[in-house]
This record gives sequence, structure tokens and C-alpha cells, in this order.
Amino acid sequence: MPPLLEIRGIHHRYGEQKAVRQLSLTLDMGQIGCLLGPSGCGKTTVLRCIAGFEPVSDGTILLNGTEVSTKDFCVPPERRHVGMVFQDYALFPHLTVAANIGFGLHRMEKSARAARVAELLQTVGLTDTATRYPHELSGGQQQRVALARALAPRPDLLLLDEPFSNLDVTLRERLSLEVRDILRQQNATAMLVTHDQDEAFAMADRIGVMQAGEIRQWDTAYNLYHRPANRFVAEFIGQGVFLAGRILDADHVEIDLGTLKGRVQHACAPDCTPCTDHPVDVLIRPDDIVHDDASPLQAEVLHKAFRGADILYTLRLPGGAVALSLIPSHHDHAIGGTIGIRLEVDHVVAFNRTAP
Amino acid sequence: MALLVLIPVGTVASSFLVPADDVWRHLAETTLPGLLANTFWLALGVAGGTVSLGVGLAWLTAVCEFPGRRFFSWALLLPLAIPAYVTAFVALGLLDYTGPVQTALRAWLGTDPGWFPDVRSRGGVITVMVLAFYPYVYLLARNAFLTQGRRSLEAAQSLGLTPRQGFLRVALPMARPWIAGGTMLALMETLSDFGTVAVFNYDTFTTAIYKAWFGMFSLTAASQLATLLVVIVLATMLVEQRFRSRMRYAEARQGQHMRRIALSGGHAWLAAALASATLFLSFLLPVTQLAIWAGGVFSQDFDRRYLEFFGHSLLLSLLATLLVCGFALLVTYAARRHGDALTRVAVRVATIGYALPGAVLAVGVFIPVAWLDNRLADLAAAFLDSGSGLLLQGTLLAVLAAYTTRFLAVGHSPIDSAMQRITGSIDEAARGLGLSGWAMLRRVHLPMLRGGIFTAAALVFVDVMKEMPITLMTRPFGWDTLAVRIFEMTSEGAWEQAALPAVALVLAGLLPIMLLVRQTERH
Amino acid sequence: MTTFRLTRVLIAILCCTSLLAATSARAEQVVVYSARIEQLIKPMFDAFTRETGIEVKFVTDKEGALLARLKAEGRNTPADMLITSDAGNLWEAAREGLLRPVESEVLESNIPAHLRDPGKQWFGLSVRARTLVYNTQKVKPDELSTYEALADPRWKGRLCLRTSKKVYNQSLVAVMIDELGEAKTEQIVKGWVANLATDPLSDDTRALEFVAAGKCDVTVVNTYYYGRLMEKTPSLPLAIFWPNQAGSGVHVNISGAGITRHAHAAPAAIRLLEFLSSEQAQNLFADVNMEYPANPRVASAPAVAAWGGFKQNPINLVRAGELQTEAVKLMDRAGYR
Repeated sequence: MPPLLEIRGIHHRYGEQKAVRQLSLTLDMGQIGCLLGPSGCGKTTVLRCIAGFEPVSDGTILLNGTEVSTKDFCVPPERRHVGMVFQDYALFPHLTVAANIGFGLHRMEKSARAARVAELLQTVGLTDTATRYPHELSGGQQQRVALARALAPRPDLLLLDEPFSNLDVTLRERLSLEVRDILRQQNATAMLVTHDQDEAFAMADRIGVMQAGEIRQWDTAYNLYHRPANRFVAEFIGQGVFLAGRILDADHVEIDLGTLKGRVQHACAPDCTPCTDHPVDVLIRPDDIVHDDASPLQAEVLHKAFRGADILYTLRLPGGAVALSLIPSHHDHAIGGTIGIRLEVDHVVAFNRTAP
Repeated sequence: MALLVLIPVGTVASSFLVPADDVWRHLAETTLPGLLANTFWLALGVAGGTVSLGVGLAWLTAVCEFPGRRFFSWALLLPLAIPAYVTAFVALGLLDYTGPVQTALRAWLGTDPGWFPDVRSRGGVITVMVLAFYPYVYLLARNAFLTQGRRSLEAAQSLGLTPRQGFLRVALPMARPWIAGGTMLALMETLSDFGTVAVFNYDTFTTAIYKAWFGMFSLTAASQLATLLVVIVLATMLVEQRFRSRMRYAEARQGQHMRRIALSGGHAWLAAALASATLFLSFLLPVTQLAIWAGGVFSQDFDRRYLEFFGHSLLLSLLATLLVCGFALLVTYAARRHGDALTRVAVRVATIGYALPGAVLAVGVFIPVAWLDNRLADLAAAFLDSGSGLLLQGTLLAVLAAYTTRFLAVGHSPIDSAMQRITGSIDEAARGLGLSGWAMLRRVHLPMLRGGIFTAAALVFVDVMKEMPITLMTRPFGWDTLAVRIFEMTSEGAWEQAALPAVALVLAGLLPIMLLVRQTERH
Repeated sequence: MTTFRLTRVLIAILCCTSLLAATSARAEQVVVYSARIEQLIKPMFDAFTRETGIEVKFVTDKEGALLARLKAEGRNTPADMLITSDAGNLWEAAREGLLRPVESEVLESNIPAHLRDPGKQWFGLSVRARTLVYNTQKVKPDELSTYEALADPRWKGRLCLRTSKKVYNQSLVAVMIDELGEAKTEQIVKGWVANLATDPLSDDTRALEFVAAGKCDVTVVNTYYYGRLMEKTPSLPLAIFWPNQAGSGVHVNISGAGITRHAHAAPAAIRLLEFLSSEQAQNLFADVNMEYPANPRVASAPAVAAWGGFKQNPINLVRAGELQTEAVKLMDRAGYR
């Protein structure tokens, strides 16, 4: 069975400017995918290409194994059976909530349509607002109407363009979980676009980190965090610092604070075998540095940010390098004081040293 | 403010204080049922025609891409510059039994072809009026489509609607205030029209009004009939408004980039053909005929006075345009600030002058002005001990006041529609930044209303230029305009000589249309 | 921006006002409200000014509007004289008390009695004869006789008429009511309608063109339309037939004038009126539009005279005014649009 969505090396350009280059990914039925990246990286353009609003200048998009976009032809959006939730929701201001949700069910007969609308109203918890107009709803309610409207025709694939960006933080978190549940419940396949990694982590099975029109890594949230494929992903996802180090062998890297043990990834250039004594930068996440009063390693507290359960400390390490550390908040140290630390790196991530 | 505009309408309505039963009885017994049916079908036909043609063309030029689109997008406004009765006369001259087309056909066939449709028929009047009035709908609908953004259409497409279905179910309903506004203008023009139906000898309600006045010397009955007409129009407007009372038309924001729908080969040429045919029939044909006639009389009729007519027309139109747009802005603004039902009705009534036959409204304006003038003259006589005569009438004040009354609807529609696009949150944002009252209008609303204001200005300008009965009745001595010149020629049936001022009128009318086009293109 | 705009408008208006106020400091002048259009009155006014030094200021409009205007302005009206292109509106103006009687031997001797108001409030200045015109290829003149005879079934499908909304048809029918009574007239008008070859036409020229093109054989028009059309296209197969010569005569209407009740310059206005009825002005007045002079001592233009002499209906045109409303109603009843 072919993947539900397969993108093979598509390019897209606006005039001279290339918005998307050589982009490929696949998404299986029932999965939620996400394109994550800073604004202007071309992620929305990819979404619009999938929807059929934009043509591709090269490459192929397949839905259920059928070509829908190539450089020569483009199946119009209305024939793709792809739903879309727009960033600004694009609710029809002249229609009631119920009419908005039922909009895409125009081929359905009346009673079936009413039943489907009622079902979705209940799913998104808006049964009371059926006869209201969009401008009479709150932002969160509008968002849910937009979702329900897009889900109503049971699209093969649902696209969500920055669906929560217009909402406040608490609502955003709650809704993203709610939406995920709704999508799961409807067994929908979805592709999401966002610049917010928390949202991506909360919603998506597979996340593609984009930069300048290219996907730098298409992977699970876990892998993006712990096994970033490149420096950009490593820096973009989560927090952390790079410390200078040296590869000892396939299982060991040495940095100022000691020798790290674990499978060394992404270090050597292909021509560099055996891979020893190679200068690298090692990614150290805040959770890689743990608190240990007994440790001989003492770091100076430069800055601290209280996070409730944890405190995020910015530390000056003995060698002079600066790193972050997430430490349970009952270990309260003053700025300027020292903390005993220990390295506990499960996944060693190292990249070739870049020219300073 | 609105009260000022209401005075002339009120003057006309006050005719009900005097009974004119015999005229009513006579009309009811004889022609009235027929007239009402005629008027109804005419209004229906013109409304249907202008909406189909105007909205269709607006959609094609605003959203689609086809050969010649840029040219057509402004050229399709040109028919505005030609008075409808001129188009009517030319159409009849060309296509009637004695016209060149049928004459040539008869000569060719050697006999009278019975199948040629009778031009002097209901269909003929409707066709001519649609060709003359569709630009009202076209202009407003185009404005709506241009400012609508494409997001909603994309949403419709993503829900499985073809662009055509999206147009019908999303773009069209969302443009409703604009389309309704344009159609209302076309309808009011239709109902108040006398010239066009007279050329076709097609009897409408307005015919009865003129007959009561000129034939039966009962201005009272004429005014009563006119009031009835206005009440019907008012009711229609209020019903339409009620239907969309809770709906909103503001879009959250526009799409970042508008990709026009590129029509495929056959469709593209079809679109171009439709636009060309419309332009040809509604503008090129009448103007060519006018130019030929004008050329024939140019050497004997054209003199320096035309410069004066031209100047008067332009100046009057310009002043009236400023005045009407200012008023329309005020009225719209008042309705926005005080959104209660009473204000809304008052605004509607204030814009109703457009539905009154021009000559009747002219009287409605003239009577209060003359009354005021007489009081002033009495006052002057008491103090200065000299018969100073009438003051206001000698000035442009009367004629400008009359224009304002008549054309407020024309200025109001586009500005009011544009106001619909400004969401309440913008007001709130502006207020949050410490703006209010004039500052808000000047710094926030006016820039956003620009498109609407330019549309209003162009429409009013051209309409004032074409206007005849009010200009005739209220112009100061010596203030002859191009429209007055047309009246002079046509009233004794000298249509070919009327072509010269008509051509000048068309040329003068092109000016604001060009300006408008440059403004909307920048949009 | 708007305030700025409004100020500008006000300034402009004020400028215009002061400008006009300056010009209205009058020398001796007569103010005329005219429904007869500029081209047909200005030459006579110019001649009058040359002869007397009295300026003539005028404004043109439709009769109905001018009457409403005079009425609204009341005694402060600037107008001294009202000119119309039909008798009915002069009659109506007199009835509304907008005109004043004028005692003038000159006018009484220049204008025949049937072309002026017995109450001396208005005077005809030119004669507009409404006659029959037929297609010379399809009708022999001896087939024609009277207006009334056109109701005969033998003309079925052969008659073209201008719309009943035109005052000349209204006055024709009004005069018929006076002569034949209402019932008889209604029968005749119904006969006309039954004989129509096509819906009533919007103007006389068009009616003539339809006859020439063979759509119908005969029509009723004012002579000057015939004159104008033939001047342009002399080859048209059209000819005039003077109807009712054995009876009451050809129906005529007038273009005429009266002095307004509240005229400020009544003597000068009367002088103008007398001038217009004089032999000197009459030719010009009638000839500019191929009409007939009202003054019987003045010969019509050669082109007009060539159509032959005819007997005018001598009925006083006051009757046309008095019966106009009846005529309109009658034509409505008869279905004559």
C-alpha cells in the first residue's frame, strides 16, 4: 500500500525566488506530520503545493499513490480531497457556524448533512453556537469551527496552516491537545505547519525541520531532539550548546569535562576513516548536565530562570565554556555561586568542527 | 444633516395634503395596471441583466486572467459617460424598422423579414438599460472582488468546490452589499428614467407621473405618484437590508498574494468575446454613431461657446462631486457611529432622492429654495428698502443643493460598502491608540475608504454631468452646460445636432473614469 | 481632509455668488423664461436688443418646470415673460394666475383672434400646423380627406401615429372633442388605434421615416418636421395633405408668449412681445423652424409656402387648453399610448 502522501523532490519558485527546493517526505495514513521552521522558510508554500493552490516547478506530489502535482500538471484543489485549516481560519462571514461546517458537504443529501454537522459540532464542543455567525465567536471557537469545517467532508488528508498562531498561549496548548485527540478520533491523516516546536511536539508523529526551502530532517520528535541530523536541526530544536571535543574512537568523544561514552553520530566525513582524533563540536543539552554536589566538577552560576519544577541555569564550566543545565528547583543556587555538576549524556551528538 | 436632504423629498411627499382624486381614479381605471406591470417587468429585467452582466464582467476582470483583461477592466466603465437616452436613441435609430440594419436586410431579401425582433419592445428597453446601467454593478462588484481577498475562495476549493461553485457560493454572497448597492443604483435610475422609455414609447410608472403633470396639469398628482414610487423603492431597500442584518462582510485580512485564475484557451477567448461585445454595444456603437452625426454638424454648430458649456459642466460636476462625497461620508459615518435602526432608516430615506424622477425632484428642491429666497427678499426689502430680487436662485447654491439631494445615493453606496470592510476591531485599535472623532476618520478610515470614495466620486461626477432636469430648472442665468445643450437640441427632435454636445459630454466623462481606473489599478 | 474640502467648496460658491451678484446690477433688461429653445428665440432677441438697446436675458426649460418655477417664485420672480411652444401651457399659466392681461393694439392687430387669449393674457407668435403626410407610392391624395377619416377600417394597418403623450396630439384631440363631442371623438381615436401599423412612435420625424420606409402609408405630423426631413433627404416619397379643408380646417397650435403677473420690467417686456409679433420679427420667428408666421400680413418662407395654402381651424386655442385634460383621459381610455 503506498503512503498516503509522498513528496518527491519538489521545487517551487515565486518568480525568480526559489521558495522550496528538492523537498521530499512521506506520510502514512493516520499519521500527523508537521513542517517546522522559522518564518519565511517555505513551509506554508509546501502546504499550499500539497493543497493544489500552488503549482510545483519540478518534482512530484502523490496522494494515495496517484500523481497530483508535477511540473506539467496540477490537479485542482477541489479534486484532491484534501482539507485545509487556514491560519486566519477563513470562515465565511456570511454563513452561520452550522452552514460553515456543512459547506463542504454540498453533495450530501440534506438529512445526512445535518447529521454530520451535528456530529462535528459535538466533536468540537460548539453545539450551542450552531446558529451564530463567525464574528460572534471567540478566537478559539472560530478555530474549532474551521477545524470542523475542514473535517466535515472526511478529507484523505487535512492540512493545518499555523492553526494556533492567533490564539493565546494557554489556549494554544489546550487546543493543540484537543485537536490532536479529535484528529486521532476521526482517524485523520494531517499535515501541520508551525514555527512553534512545542506545538509540533504535542501534535505530530513526524516532523520536518525546514530551512530556506529545504527539509533538513524528517523524523520523530525524539530523534530530532536526541539525534539531530545536522547542526541547524540541533540548534533549532530544543536548547543546548556546542562544546569543543575530539573523537577518540567509534564509541568515545573527549571534551574538556571528560570523556563521553556512547555511539558517536554524524561526526566524520566519509573520507575520514579510521575516525579518530577528529576535532568535533559536541551538543550538550540542558538535561545532559545533572546536579551532583559530590562531583569534583564545579560550575559558576551566570544566570538562572525559574521554571516551576526546574530551574534553567546558565553555567560557566571549568574550561571557560558556557552551558545550560536543567536542575530540579529545590536545588536553589545564587547567581555567582557554584554548583557541583556531572555529565550524563545518553546520546552523544557531535558534528565536525566548523571553522571559527 | 440628513434632514437637509429630506426637505425636497418631503416637499414632494407633502403633495398628499392636496387631493388629486380624479387623476388617480382615471389612472386606476385606465392605464395604471398596465403601467405597473410594465414597470415591474422592466425593473426585474434590468436588475437581472445588470447583475448578470455587471457581476460576471467584474469577476472576469477582477479575479481571472484573459487576453485584454487590463484594457477591459477600465474600458468597461466607459458606458457610464453616455446618457441612457442617447444609447436608446442610437440603438433605435440603428435597429428600428427604418434603421440601416433592417433597411439593408429588406433590400437584400427583397421583402420584409418578419422574424426581425421588434426593437421597440420590452426586451429592447431592458437591453438598452442593461447596457447603460451595468457599469454601476460592475464597478461596485469589482471593488468587492478586489478587496475580498482570495482566502475564502481557497477555503471553498479545499472543501471540494470548483472555482465556479466557489464564485457562486462564497465570492458572490460575500460581495452582496456591493452588488445590492450597485443594483439599487441601476434600479433607481431605471425607475426614475423618463428619457429612455420615452424614446421607446414604453409606458412606465414615471410616464404616468409626467403625463399627470404635463398632460393633465396636475403637479400634485405627479408628486403623489412619485412619492408612491419612492415608498416602493424604500421598502425594497429595507427588506434587502433586513435579510442581511446579522451578516458581516469584513474579511480578517487579505491573502498575501493574489494569483489570478488563468482561464484556459477556449474560456479565455469566451471571456474576451463577452467583454468585447459588451463594450462594443454599450459604448463603441453609440459613440461611433454620435461621432458621425457630430462630424456632420461640427462645422456649423461648433463655436467658442462649447468651451463655456464644457467648463460649466466640469465645474458643476466637480463642485457637486465634492459636496456629495462629503455628505455621503458624513451620512455613512453617522450610521456607523450610531448603528440604531432609526439612523439606518434615516440614511436610507436620505438617499432616496435618486429614485425620484429628476424633474419632480427638481421641483421639490426648487419650491423650498424659492420659499427661502422670498423670505430673504422680504427681509432685504424691509431693511434696504429696495427690491433686491431673489438671492439664492442666482447662485450655484440651489443647483448644488439639488444635485446633492439627487446623487447622495450614488455617493453613498460605494462609500458605505467600503465601510463594511473596516472591522470593528480597527476602530477599537485606533481608539486604543488615542484616536477618535475626526482624527480617526482622517487617519484611519479615509485611507481605508479611498477606493470607495474614488468610486463614489467618479460615479457622481459622471452622473451630474449627464443630469438634465435639475440643471435646467435650477441653473443660474447663462449657466448652460453640455446637458442643457443636449436638451435644447433634442427637445425639437434635432438628434443629429444633439450629437455634438453628447460627444463632448462623453469626452468630459472619460476624465474621471480614467482617474478612477488608475486609482483602483493600484489597489 | 473633509473639512478642507468643504471649505474649498464654500469658497468656490461664495466666489460664484459675488461674481453673479456683480453682473445682476441691471441695465434695462427683460428676463424671459422660455420653453422654446435657444436657437429658435435668440436671433429675435438679438434683433430686439439691436433696435431698442434693451437686453434680453433668458433661461430655457420644459413648460411644466417653468410653470412650477414661476409659481414657487411668486412675486419675486425675475421673469417678465413666458414663452412656450404650445397653447395649453399658456392657458394653464393664465389659469394659475401667473400671467397678466396686456392691452396692446399692436398685438391685437398683428395676431388673429383665434391665436390669442380672449383674456389678453397670451398671444400666439408662430403657427404649428398639424397635418397629414402620406407615402406617394402607396396613397393617392384623393383617398385622404380628414383626420377623422383615418379611423375608417380601410386604413387598417396603414396608419402611423406619434405617441399621445405629445401635446400636439393632445390639442388635436381636444379640439375634436369641442367639435364632435366626447363620444364621437373617442370612437374616432379608437378607430385610429385599431388602424395602427405599429406601436405609437416617439416623435414626428420617426413617424415620417416609417411612412417613407413603407411600414405605414399615412401619419399625422407638424409640418416643420416634414420640412426638415425633406430638406435633408428630398428624395423621400412623402407629401403633405391638408385635411378637413371642406370642414373646420387644419388643426394648428402655436408657439406663444405672455407677460408674467409679477413682471418687474413689464413695459419693456410688452415692447418685446410687440416686437416679436411685428412684421420685422415674424419672418425670423417662424422661418428659423419652418413654422408659419402668426401675423397674417407676413408671408411664410418660400420653402414653406411651396407646400401650398390651407385653411386653419379657426377655433380659439383656449379650448385646446381647457379640454386638454379631457383629451388625455380620452386617449388613455381609447388605448392610444
